[in-house]
Amino acid sequence: MNAITKKLLASIVGADAAKSEAFNIREDSLCAERASSKNIKITDRKKDGGGITVQVLSTCDGETTYVPACITHAGVDDKAYTDYIVEDGAKVTISAGCAVHTEDKGESTHKGIHLFVIGKNCEVTYKENHIGTGPGVGHYIDTDTEIILGENSHLYYETIQLKGVDNTNRFTTAKIEKKGFLELKERLLTTEKQQAYTTFKVALIGEDASVDLISRSVAKDHSFQSIVSQIDGQAKSKGHSECDSILEGNGKVSSSPIVISSCPDAMLVHEAAIGKISGEQIQKLQTLGLTEEEAENWIIQGFLK
Amino acid sequence: MMLETKNLCYTVGKTKILKDINLTFEPGKIYALTGPNGGGKTSLAKMLAATAPSSSGFIFLDGEDITKLGTTERAKKGMAYGFQVPVRFKGLTVRDLLQLASGGSADDKELSICLTKVGLCAKEYLNRGVDASLSGGEIKRIEIASVLARKNCNILIFDEPEAGIDIWSFSGLLEVFATLKKENKTIIVISHQERILDQADRIIVLNKGIVTKNGTREETLQAIKEKNENKNASLLCDDCLVKEVF
Repeated sequence: MNAITKKLLASIVGADAAKSEAFNIREDSLCAERASSKNIKITDRKKDGGGITVQVLSTCDGETTYVPACITHAGVDDKAYTDYIVEDGAKVTISAGCAVHTEDKGESTHKGIHLFVIGKNCEVTYKENHIGTGPGVGHYIDTDTEIILGENSHLYYETIQLKGVDNTNRFTTAKIEKKGFLELKERLLTTEKQQAYTTFKVALIGEDASVDLISRSVAKDHSFQSIVSQIDGQAKSKGHSECDSILEGNGKVSSSPIVISSCPDAMLVHEAAIGKISGEQIQKLQTLGLTEEEAENWIIQGFLK
Repeated sequence: MMLETKNLCYTVGKTKILKDINLTFEPGKIYALTGPNGGGKTSLAKMLAATAPSSSGFIFLDGEDITKLGTTERAKKGMAYGFQVPVRFKGLTVRDLLQLASGGSADDKELSICLTKVGLCAKEYLNRGVDASLSGGEIKRIEIASVLARKNCNILIFDEPEAGIDIWSFSGLLEVFATLKKENKTIIVISHQERILDQADRIIVLNKGIVTKNGTREETLQAIKEKNENKNASLLCDDCLVKEVF
């Protein structure tokens, strides 16, 4: 693991990732370090494209595993396959994410292809943080994620991208089985001429399945975001999506909440709002002694928290 | 600190919202601003806090002309303002808001005291979002708490603090005003509530943008009583009657 990776790790999953019992640190398309624990086995993925398989055993009861990927220079085109197999009854936290760093003005790309197969009665927290560092506009991070959430399981899925990624294309699909509950939280900040395309397609296939999809984004300068959140209620189920965006400068956001229902007992709600920071919010914080700039920062930080 | 207005005016388009307001607010006193809806009370409060610009006239703080100072500068000079309609923030917690109000120096114990003063349990509320999950009464109390959390503030302006607050918490609010008065703060309260008017040292009536009465509590209430005695109704709760009298 080189010095840049160590620095990037601190930004995306914390500096102590390699001290944990189960982790896999990917550096410039290769495995830099790996360890498995009694309850979490990380092995080479035996499928086309390589990558890793993270197997969380039923005996896992609250352990955290770290699965970050770092790119430390320009000219890397990384495609990383990760299969997460969570056995029935497991309770686990997965801390993941990607950092793309370029010293020169070249380009580098990381594409994460993730599969989650989560069994019955599981409690899973997945946190993903994406950042780009270094000069230039060639920091690209894409993800393609498929989630199968088993009966009576809960997945808290948080994806954050607040800095330095010049272009991102994220596509996430999920199938929620009986009494499964997916909590999906997205936080997105784009600046300058960055572009972000993010799509969630969630199918509620089991009775009493539910999803709560909350996306909050800020588009500054001349950046652009496209956010699509689709919930498909195929059974008696509950779905809620809330996509709120704040515009600053000449930022632009296209927000498309979609609800589809083929079951009369599916209760689906969507909300979407795009606007600038309210003048009254700024004024309120100014009456507390903050400057206008400080007030805006607090409002945005809070919004994306 | 003493706050004064001289010929303060506020005009929107061709409509004069406030006309030549000349008032003095002294430390250690409670001032109740009352009068009919649309009389200019909130506009005056906003101009004092600089969340709305005055069209002409002057505002002095301890003799210093602060007319051209913005909201932040006036806040830093010790002025605090509780909004009539509190603002909601997605993502900010009650703790965040009160911490900002305190200048970042308050610990949880101090923040808890502020919440207790407005009848809220700190344990239950500090981590709540200042968002749509709060009821009208809850957000109003948090708005008042954000004023109470300010440190080194000597001018405190409350715009209809009683709105949405239950009777038990309201009694607590009156105690808060009494304590602030003892601390020699200058307290300006916009209200139609009789119990607040009863607590005021002076009552100022604003109607159609003009100060129609500015006197001690006894003088003003007596004037109201005399002019209203044949109407057999509570003048203070009836905007129309207030309008007729003043």
